[in-house]
Formats: sequence, structure tokens, C-alpha cells
Amino acid sequence: MLTAFSLVLALLLLLAVAAVPLAQRPAGARLVHGGCVAACLALALLGLVVLLAGGAGPPLVLPFGPPWGHALLALDGLSAWFLMLIGITGASASFYAMAHPPVRPAALPPFPLFLAGMALTLAAADAFTLLFGFELMSLASWALVASDHAQLENRRAARLYLMMAALSAACLVPAFGLLAGHAGGFSFAALRAAPPSGWLAGGVLLLGLLGAGSKAGLAPLHVWLPLAYPAAPAHVSALMSGAMAKVAIYVLARLLLDLCGPAQPLWWGAPLLVVGACSAVLGALRSNLEADVKVVLACSSIENIGFIVVGLGLALAFRGADLGPLAALAAGAALLHALNHGVFKTLLFLVAGSVQRSAGSRRIDRLGGLIHAMPLTATCALVGMAAAAALPPLSGFASEWLLLQALLAGWRTGDVAFQVLAAAGTALAAMAAALAAAAMLRLFGLVFLGRPRSPRGAGAHEVGRLERWALVVPAVLTVLLGLLPGPLLALAQPALASLLGAGASAPARGFALLGGTGDAAAWYLPLTLAVVLALAGLVLVLLVRARSPLETQRGPVWNGGFINPPEHLPFGDPLSQPSAAGMAQPLRRMLGTSLFAATEEVRLPPPGDTRVATYQAGFTDPAQGWVVAPAAWLRDAVAARTERMRDFTIRRCLSLGFATLLALLALLAWLEAH
Amino acid sequence: MQTLGGLLTQALHLVLMLLAAPLVVGGVRWLKARMLGRRGASPLQPFRDLRKLLRKRPVLAENASAVSEVAPYVGVVATLVAVALVPSFAHGMLLAPLGDLVLLAALLALARFALALAGMDVGTGFGGLGAAREMSFAAFAEPALLVALLSFSILAGTTNLDAVAATFRDGLLGLRVSLALAGIALLAVALTENARIPVDNPATHLELTMVHEAMLLESSGRHLALWEYEAALKLTMWLALLAAAFLPFGVAPAGSGPLAWLLGLLAWVVKMAGFAVALAVFESAIAKMRVFRVPEFLGAALLLALLAAALLFVSTGLA
Repeated sequence: MLTAFSLVLALLLLLAVAAVPLAQRPAGARLVHGGCVAACLALALLGLVVLLAGGAGPPLVLPFGPPWGHALLALDGLSAWFLMLIGITGASASFYAMAHPPVRPAALPPFPLFLAGMALTLAAADAFTLLFGFELMSLASWALVASDHAQLENRRAARLYLMMAALSAACLVPAFGLLAGHAGGFSFAALRAAPPSGWLAGGVLLLGLLGAGSKAGLAPLHVWLPLAYPAAPAHVSALMSGAMAKVAIYVLARLLLDLCGPAQPLWWGAPLLVVGACSAVLGALRSNLEADVKVVLACSSIENIGFIVVGLGLALAFRGADLGPLAALAAGAALLHALNHGVFKTLLFLVAGSVQRSAGSRRIDRLGGLIHAMPLTATCALVGMAAAAALPPLSGFASEWLLLQALLAGWRTGDVAFQVLAAAGTALAAMAAALAAAAMLRLFGLVFLGRPRSPRGAGAHEVGRLERWALVVPAVLTVLLGLLPGPLLALAQPALASLLGAGASAPARGFALLGGTGDAAAWYLPLTLAVVLALAGLVLVLLVRARSPLETQRGPVWNGGFINPPEHLPFGDPLSQPSAAGMAQPLRRMLGTSLFAATEEVRLPPPGDTRVATYQAGFTDPAQGWVVAPAAWLRDAVAARTERMRDFTIRRCLSLGFATLLALLALLAWLEAH
Repeated sequence: MQTLGGLLTQALHLVLMLLAAPLVVGGVRWLKARMLGRRGASPLQPFRDLRKLLRKRPVLAENASAVSEVAPYVGVVATLVAVALVPSFAHGMLLAPLGDLVLLAALLALARFALALAGMDVGTGFGGLGAAREMSFAAFAEPALLVALLSFSILAGTTNLDAVAATFRDGLLGLRVSLALAGIALLAVALTENARIPVDNPATHLELTMVHEAMLLESSGRHLALWEYEAALKLTMWLALLAAAFLPFGVAPAGSGPLAWLLGLLAWVVKMAGFAVALAVFESAIAKMRVFRVPEFLGAALLLALLAAALLFVSTGLA
């Protein structure tokens, strides 16, 4: 099985090499993306097979690797679950790109490399290979973000993204270094054999959370996400949100739940819970305020990543409190939400790409009424957005139900401080879910309902035949994942076992999800619910139509001075419809002023004055002021200090070198003595 | 036998709720009118309104999409299933295992989403305004609701409504301060969800602060009838939910016979009448608040619910 995996990896690398000459021709780009579809399907299949088999045997020792040893590959349950996830999202994104290859040739070769980097990270069985794959993934995705570098904002986004990637490397390398130094080996088996404790464990927790969290997009290191996702082509954004963020989650889970051993204390869950809940609320609120379709989706990713990390934090805490079934509940919620979010967010980013191509813009204020021109795209978008809004019986709700059940069970840890934290986490998670519903409603309502807001948007047309399938397949998957979470979680059993030990059992019985413990546990029965909803709908339609047989009639709009479009404005005056800023106004005032320092300025000229009244609304992300601005200041200060060294005399330069040498020797002597 | 009883009670419950919904709305309106010194329309008026609306031909705006036609059915079906899950006169109904409180909140969210989509379908200013406000209120109501559920889940060990209500009925808990606090929080959430005073005024049209009605301005005929019915069902469901959780006396236990059902039915009618009177008195006595004061109202509810949970943490920690 690992041999098959290595072959797929080699195929992806070959595709990356072949993409360089092939990128000049559309047929060549199609070929490369077709190869990526095949490779991703193979990866998903491999993941599925490993999950069914419960593991892939001993690690494969590659004949090459770092100077001090060999690279190791292995697929356990956790790797296989995430491998299946990136296989599904990668296949959808590559298929979409087959229908519409990216315009820039530079965006082709890094794409297979990006996929290969993610797969390698997942299958690594030693720290070096994992970090190598992680960095490959970061660099390849940076090249994709920077591919359209003619535009200033894309260059800016790419630079910030590269800085963040460097930061995550600068944290992850020492995190694994601390573990490896303590254990005396790089392979995961060696790391597991010597779990850290005391300040060492605390350091690993902090560095791992910073390193993997900044890659996944956790607050307060999420600032790059709303810039970098929109800068990349649609299928790359889909992959970055659907798969890359999940790989970062995988690294976090592998590091904290698996490699650090099962004996970590209860409070380990607290930082993850706090950071995750804050990310969820901040991301969901911000997605209500943004005016660009892809930025809204990127902010919604921050929210969902927050949910997943809350699940992991709860799993850590429950394990620390010796509550095995509840730890399995929380970890199952995190794994299921990772999969569900990967699929529906891929769908939504692909929809955003189709909308941009067909209606000519990504700005909400230039779109509208697309449900008439693009009915199929609108239906797929509605499925994805309803899942993102956590509406039953779709996929987003199933995993958020599990997560809420885990949060509601947080009081069972018995520690009052953690109980209060879990209660606050419940409130924040509920608020984030409701905010996400508001954001998705705003997005769908403004983009697909109402009237077009620009001439270009009025001329939109439905997507082509191939592209249609790229949207329909993830939409169908979203529905299926929502109806069958029980069997899926049963499939995730090996993944739970590698996170929590062999005794962990998935919180599912047959088709049902199980929340809580004991006989009195609550159930979620999605299939029954869907059948009941469908039956009730059928009976209702029949009854109502029997009493009310008249067909509908069309007439002019009824209310509020909203007239039919005049002759000179075939799509109506866009100002008569709600705008992106207008729909955001209640939440901007209710929450934005306190969390985002949102401002509103209305300028009304005095009566008689013919100048135009203006309205301006804006906000600043708190992370901008607290993280990015100090970091930029620090960079400038350090650079200015270093600049001064250029004017040193030769004597001072030599003494500087000599002093460094002496200091290093002293350090070495001290280390030898201990 | 148990299954048969469950099936029978479920069917009777559904019929009861379907008939009670317009009556509750009409009754509250009639009571309010009497308190304001007017004669008021008969409590049966909503039935007549619904029949009239169903007979009329629905008119859709020229640029309305399929959303306007489908959304009313989605809204009513979601609310209907939620109604079917809340016990009225007997426990152990057929769908009781499905009746999780988190699911109940999500079904109401589904109905809300459908309503807001219908409001935005044509692109009018009022529809968008109502939709934005409705969804914003939910962002404050849901945390209060979920944290109130936390108290239930600590006391009963589950979030299944039937099990929670049965635990509370058996009276092992006695009177608890935290339950009272959680109850106040739930009342505030119920007022918000049903667009009642002080959050919204159900009796006005075309007022700038309205929320719920603003989304319905384009609906007519059977679509409007469905939305009105959905609102009535939702009000009835919330009152029944409060009755089931906080006044669980007299409800027939699972597997009991028709006599116990009859007693449960009588108790339920008395409880619902009590809630209707209380709602009418409250709405006549209090003024509607500004839209941007609503977060404070719901924030207070959230704090009370958190306090209830914190009290439980402390008391279970001592015990």
C-alpha cells in the first residue's frame, strides 16, 4: 500500500516537471490537471482502503533522506482520514481546473507539487519528512498565490503569506526539535516512546499551536488568509481552504494528541479551546462585514477551523480528565467537521470562481440576481451555504451538533475553571454558528437573489458542461455526508484510535450520531430526520394545493417604491437594492464597534445644498493592530540596527566575529559540562 | 404496545398542535384587545384569515425566483417537525428519540433561513433590512438558548427534550435557582424568536423598526397563509416547550393509557392558557425597544443563563 502511495507521489512530481513545457498550451494544462484528478482519486482510495483495513503495516524506509538517516513513510488511521479528505477536495479542484485551466502558465507547475507536499506531510513517519512535506506545501502554494503577480495586492498578499509560512516553520522546527532532542530520534515511534513533560511539553504546545495554527488560520495569526485566498485562482483557493488548512490541523493533532503522549494534563485543552472559540467568532463576524465573495469565504474558513480546533482542545481536556468516551466524541466532531468543511468549502470556492468568470466580478455590490441566469450554480451554492450555515440535515450541522454536544458535556471534567471555560465556549460557538448563518444568507441573498447590479452581471450565463460536474459532485457529496455521518464516523475509528489510543470508540451507532455518555445520551438521526422532513413536506404540499388550487400570477413588485426597471437602466438602479454594507449594518453596529472598532460616517449636506450625501463604513481587524503592526515595527527596527553595522571599521568587524566565536565556544563548554 | 401508544400519542399531539396554533395567536390577540378596552376579533379569526388567504390567487413579483415559491413550504415543514418533537400531553411519543434540543434550535434556524431568503428574493429594501435584522438577532439569541440548555443538560444528563421533561416531572430536583434563571433566559429568547414585544411588534405593518413583517411584504395568497401559519406554529411550539420544561406537572408518562392522556391534555390546556394570558399582559404593559437595544436585552439573557450554569458548577462541585 505504501508502495502504491510512493508511486502516486512520484506521478505528482513527474506531472510537476512535465507541466513546465506543457503550460504554454491549454491542452497541456488540461492534461496535467487530468493527471492530478487521477492522482487525487488514487490518494482518496488509498485513504479509504487503509481506514477499512485499520492501518497499513510497518513504516516504509525510503532509500534516501536526511544526512543522518532514512526518510520514513507510514499510513495510520489519522493519516488515512486526512488523505481521503485531500483526495476528495483535490480531485474536485483539479477537475474544475480541467474545465477552465488557469490563465497564467506560471500557475501550472506548482499545482502538482502542492498536492505532493500535502500528501507527503500526511504520510510522513518521521519529523524531518513531515517538515519537508509541510515546507514543500507552503512554498508551492506561495508560488500559486504569487502566480498573478502583475497586480499590486496579489504581490502584497504573497509577501505576507511567505512571511507567515516562515513564521510557522520557525515555530514547527523547534517544536519537533524539542521533542526529538528529548527522545533522541526523529521517527514518530521514537518520539512517542519518550513523551515530554513539564516546561518541555509546555514549549511544544505553544510552538505547535503557533506554527500549525498560523498555517491553519487561527486568530490572531489569521490576517494573511483573507488576502491570500482571494489572490489565488479559484481552484487553488478551494484547495488551500479545503485541504491545506486541514493538513495544518493534522500536524496540530499529530503533534499534540499523538506524539506528546496520552498523559498530558487537563489544562492542555484550554489554550486550544480559547483560541478556537475566538477564531470562530472573529471569522464569522468578519465574514458578515466583507464585500468580496472570496474574502467572505476565506473568513468563514477561519470560523470553521476555529470549530475544529475547539473539538481538538476538548478532546485533549477530556483525555486529561480520563473521560475516554467524551474525548472520542470531541475528536470525532473535529475529524468529521474537517471532512465536511473541506468538501463544502471547496464547492463554495469553485462556485465563487464560476460566478467571477460568468458575471465578471467578485465584488458583491456588482453581482445579484444570478439565480435566473445560473440556476444550477445557484442550487449548488445554496446546498454549500446551507451546510456552512449548519442547517439540518446537511453536513455542516452533523459535525457541529457533535461539537456542541461535546461542549455541553464540558462540565463533566469536574474542574470549575474548565467548566466555566467550556460554558463560555458553548456561548461563543453558538454565536459563531448563528453569525455564519447570517453571513451565508447575506452572501446568497446578495449574489444570487434580487436584481443584477451591473451590466456585466446582467449578462451572466450558466457554466459549461464540464464545470457543471465539478460543482454538482461536491454538492451531492455535501448532502450525502450530511445524511450518513454515522457510517463515516465508524470509518474514522482507526483515526480516533491513533489519536486517543486503541480503546476509543466512535460516537456513532449505525446511522445515528451519539452525544454524551450513558443510557440517557442524546441522539441525532439524520436519515430519520430527512425522511420525516420529506414526508411532512409532501403531505403539506398536497394538502395546501388541494385547498388552494389557483396558479400563481406575476405582477409588479409591491412594496417600498421599488419599481420595475426603467428603459435606460435595464437591470434597475442598484442603489434601490440592499448593498453589501447595508446588509452588514446591524451586525457592524451590534458587534463590530466593540470587536473590530467599526466606524460609520454619514455626511448629509444641509438643506438646499446640492452636494451628494455620502456614507462610509469601515473596520479594522484587531490582529492588524496587535500582531501585524508590531511585527512590522520590529522588522524595521531590526533592519535599521543591522544597517548600522555596514559602517563599522575593520577592527570592530573583526572583534564582533571573535566575540561570537568565543560566545559559541563558551556555550559548547557549558552544554558539555551538563 | 409501547410503539402503538407512541404512534397514537404522536398523531394526536400533531393534530392538537395544528389546531391549537391559530387559536393561540387569536386568543392572545383577543386578550390584548380586551385589555386595551377594545372588543377584539374572535379568537377564531386566524382560521378565517387562513381560509381566505388559501382561496386567493398568489401574486409574485416579476423577478421573483423559485425561492419565493419553495421557501414557505420549507419554513412550515421545519417548524412542523420541531412542533412534533415537543411533548404536549404525553411523554414517549414516536419521534421522542429525535427530539434533541440542539436539533430543535437548528430546525428553527432552518425556518428562519428560509424566511430570510424569501425576504431577499425580490431585492427590495424592506426585505433585505428585515432579513439582516432577523439574522443579527439570532446571533444573540442562540448563545443564550444554548447556555440555557447547558443547565438542562447538567441536571438531566442529556439534551433530549423528552428525557429532560421526564426528569423534571419526576421532581427529583425540587425548586432550583439556576432553573429559574435559565427559565428567564429562555423566555427572552422565546420573545425574540417569535418577534413579540419588546423585540418586534407583531401587530404593525410598514413601521421602520419592524423585522418579521418586513420579510413578508411580497408574499400573498397561500404563501402568506403558510408564513402566518408558520409564525403561529412557532409561537405555540415555544409556549409548549416552556410548559414542558418548567411546568411538567400532569403530563402522562410514557406507556400510559387514554385516561392519563386526558388528564395531561387538561393540564396542557390550562398551562397554555396561562402562558397566553401572561404573554398578553406582558405585551400590553411594556413598550417596544429600539432595534439596537435588543443585543443588550439578549446579552442580559445570556448572562443569566451563564450564571445559572455557574451556580450548577459550584453546587455540583460541593455535592
